Amino acid sequence: MKKLALRDEILLSVQQPARYLGNEMNAVMKDPQKVDIRFAMCFPDVYEIGMSHLGMQILYAMFNQREDVYCERVFSPWTDLDQIMRQEHIPLFALESQDPIKDFDFLGITIQYEMCYTNILQVLDLSGIPFHAEDRTEEDPIVIGGGPCAYNPEPLAPFFDLFYIGEGETQYGPLFNLYKENRKKGGSRVDFLKEAAKLPGIYVPMFYDTAYHEDGTIASFKPNLPGIPETIKKELVLEMDKAPYIEKPVVPFLKVTQDRVVLEIQRGCIRGCRFCQAGNVYRPLREHSLEYLKHYASEMLKNSGHEEISLSSLSSSDYTYLKELVTFLIEEAEGKGINISLPSLRIDAFSLDVMSKVQDVKKSSLTFAPEAGSQRLRDVINKGLTEEVILKGAAEAFHGGWNRVKLYFMLGLPTETREDMEGIALLSEKVAELYYDEVPKEQRNGKVQVVASSSFFVPKPFTPFQWATMCTKEEFLERAYIVKDKFKEMLNRKSLKYNYHEADLTVLEGVLARGDRRVAPVLEEVYKKGAMFDSWGEYFNNDLWMVAFETCGVDMDFYTVRERSLDEVFPWDFIDAGVSKEFLKREWLNAINEKVTPNCRQKCSGCGARVFGGGVCFEDKN
Amino acid sequence: MKIRIKFAKEGTMKFIGHLDIMRYFQKVMRKADVHIRYSEGFSPHQIMSFASPLSVGAESRGEYVDIEVLDTDSSAEMLKRINEAMVDGMEALSYKLLPDSAANAMSIVAAADYVVRFREGHEPKDWHVFAAGLEEFLNQKEILVTKKTKKGEREMNIRPMIYALSPVDSKEQAIFMKIATGSAANLKPDAVMQAYKKSLGEELEPFALLITRMEVYANTGSEDAPEFTALEAFGDDIE
Ligand code: SF4
Repeated sequence: MKKLALRDEILLSVQQPARYLGNEMNAVMKDPQKVDIRFAMCFPDVYEIGMSHLGMQILYAMFNQREDVYCERVFSPWTDLDQIMRQEHIPLFALESQDPIKDFDFLGITIQYEMCYTNILQVLDLSGIPFHAEDRTEEDPIVIGGGPCAYNPEPLAPFFDLFYIGEGETQYGPLFNLYKENRKKGGSRVDFLKEAAKLPGIYVPMFYDTAYHEDGTIASFKPNLPGIPETIKKELVLEMDKAPYIEKPVVPFLKVTQDRVVLEIQRGCIRGCRFCQAGNVYRPLREHSLEYLKHYASEMLKNSGHEEISLSSLSSSDYTYLKELVTFLIEEAEGKGINISLPSLRIDAFSLDVMSKVQDVKKSSLTFAPEAGSQRLRDVINKGLTEEVILKGAAEAFHGGWNRVKLYFMLGLPTETREDMEGIALLSEKVAELYYDEVPKEQRNGKVQVVASSSFFVPKPFTPFQWATMCTKEEFLERAYIVKDKFKEMLNRKSLKYNYHEADLTVLEGVLARGDRRVAPVLEEVYKKGAMFDSWGEYFNNDLWMVAFETCGVDMDFYTVRERSLDEVFPWDFIDAGVSKEFLKREWLNAINEKVTPNCRQKCSGCGARVFGGGVCFEDKN
Repeated sequence: MKIRIKFAKEGTMKFIGHLDIMRYFQKVMRKADVHIRYSEGFSPHQIMSFASPLSVGAESRGEYVDIEVLDTDSSAEMLKRINEAMVDGMEALSYKLLPDSAANAMSIVAAADYVVRFREGHEPKDWHVFAAGLEEFLNQKEILVTKKTKKGEREMNIRPMIYALSPVDSKEQAIFMKIATGSAANLKPDAVMQAYKKSLGEELEPFALLITRMEVYANTGSEDAPEFTALEAFGDDIE
């Protein structure tokens, strides 16, 4: 039997021991003695969440294709095991070899959302790695951060040796080679970091200093060593078909959130929603060819035995060969008990037809994301979904037998008025009314059910809304109550349901999203006081955070509700994400003037991403 | 066509719970390209049923799952394909074609064999004395244990549910037992060891036992004169 890091008694006393065993179907087993580089790939949340993440599986497959690298996985131990590991001084280990993380060359942490920051500290802590990069020795792994939150790495700056900005496929190879060379030369950790800092997309925080104005804004952000670049350009895959994908997905024993084959059909988005960070930082849109996707879809289904396949992209309806791909998948699934799930599809005749083929209409619901309750506000956020389109799609769907509709909104968007808020209830009501107008009584399959949900808006770096002020918690809740009250006035209120998200969490997210290096001590402080798993309602403790901000003398309002001037230097300005600050500024002003901007395929708006030399910018459709 | 697969679950797999094993098998069936039958409807599921769930923490050399297939290759070929799809610790041991009239495994389970060992640090002080006492323990007419139920505590005689209890052999510190399993009467090996320990005036410590299920049987005799037949004996190898 394979050696385990945890004794049987421990595994039999914690919830879901399968989180800590490895040994899943397609987990990669190598002899650690026979590789040059050991890489621990970490998702700082519980196994079931981490294993649902596509990016991690892509890099895991890619790294392990190299014979000189062994990439293993590690996740946050759940609170029950966390406690036992602390009491018994059991170091955090990787799933495959069950060896301590401390013995690895690299610890790569993917940072997908702000509320996992305390879990990053948990992982370092349990691994026995010093929190601060400057305190680490030659014995410690190089700690790398990547993922969407790396587009503003500053609140995490002291905790990482380096950040990888952009898509992982391109620079890890050179980084590994550099590491091996440096070791051969007998170079130190710092020697390696100095060289790594010169690679495209690599940011080594300790080689940069920030100076602040008296009002707290940034005066300058500069390298403190010669030869270190002033700006870091994000990395991206230009030719999607040349990048490797997953052939043998690791298949968890546990029922994880994403318990299916996930096929990434394209990267980036043409739409230009002004609140969306992904839609901006992953520009330009780049598609996979149909052939590529067919190949990987069959391979992954065959090698995983999964009973479901799902398409992944920001807006699947924009994929050029969607029809062909879906037809292929339906044929492929025939008779094999394989389900097809198609999230992020625009509701239209095509998608309804496909959906009626692949799912049970009676059990499924239609999803629209108008994001805002009025056309005015939808113009502000550049969400090109009109009421007419929503109602037309809903009408067609009702005729097709659907009677459940989900609507997603945001509250607290810039320029939002009472009318916009009430519009959420009015639009929901219209959808419900439409059902009764469109479907004759005898054809109805019960009542219509419209569920509207709103999340609170958080301004994100590298979006036109990076200049926006954020609502306070009280303002958020006030707005939610306005919507709720309006719902009560609706005639069809019995068919309508309205949910809204947690406000405390949103405010914190806002601080961390646009925070700078001065926020880092708060993270350390709140972690030391016991914060962890903050994205889990049952563990989130807002008071701990409030006290930590107080203790560290950091003013949350500075990061959330403060008005930012158009020429302010932002903590993330040293990153070149492709979209230029000029473009974002233009878009911010367009937003305020309620002016919509066409999508990349209608007309290029010169966002700056053309410099990469590929993708939609060079399609002849403009 | 009805097929009965016997499999082993060992090593780290002993920590994987029954529900997860069921889901895992569905994936193995697809990966191994077993032409399993699906139910009708929008979310078709595989026609598959397991004989008897095994407690988390126990290993087994005698687990069973029944499936229905549309067609099949030889047993040897199917075993090869299934085992190629399996992870470390899981192994298909036999693949047998059942008569169409065969009852499903779950409904006929009557008894199981176990080998019980002691985890390091939990061994009996004197193994020979401990092993020698088993016979006398089994010679009792009644072995009463208190069972906790929803309504409170209840005395129960487990003696009729123990069909065999003895040291495995003289070389190893291990105990063999054949006990009632299934929906009619179900006894767990830890309960037997607990009762025995109690009769010695000792407590069974938590996590003291290492349990391996060796075989699962149906009763092909009568209630009074049971005759136990291993579940795999109901089917035949496919050439
Ligand atoms: S440069 Fe033009 S086409 Fe390219 S991503 Fe930007 S807006 Fe779209």
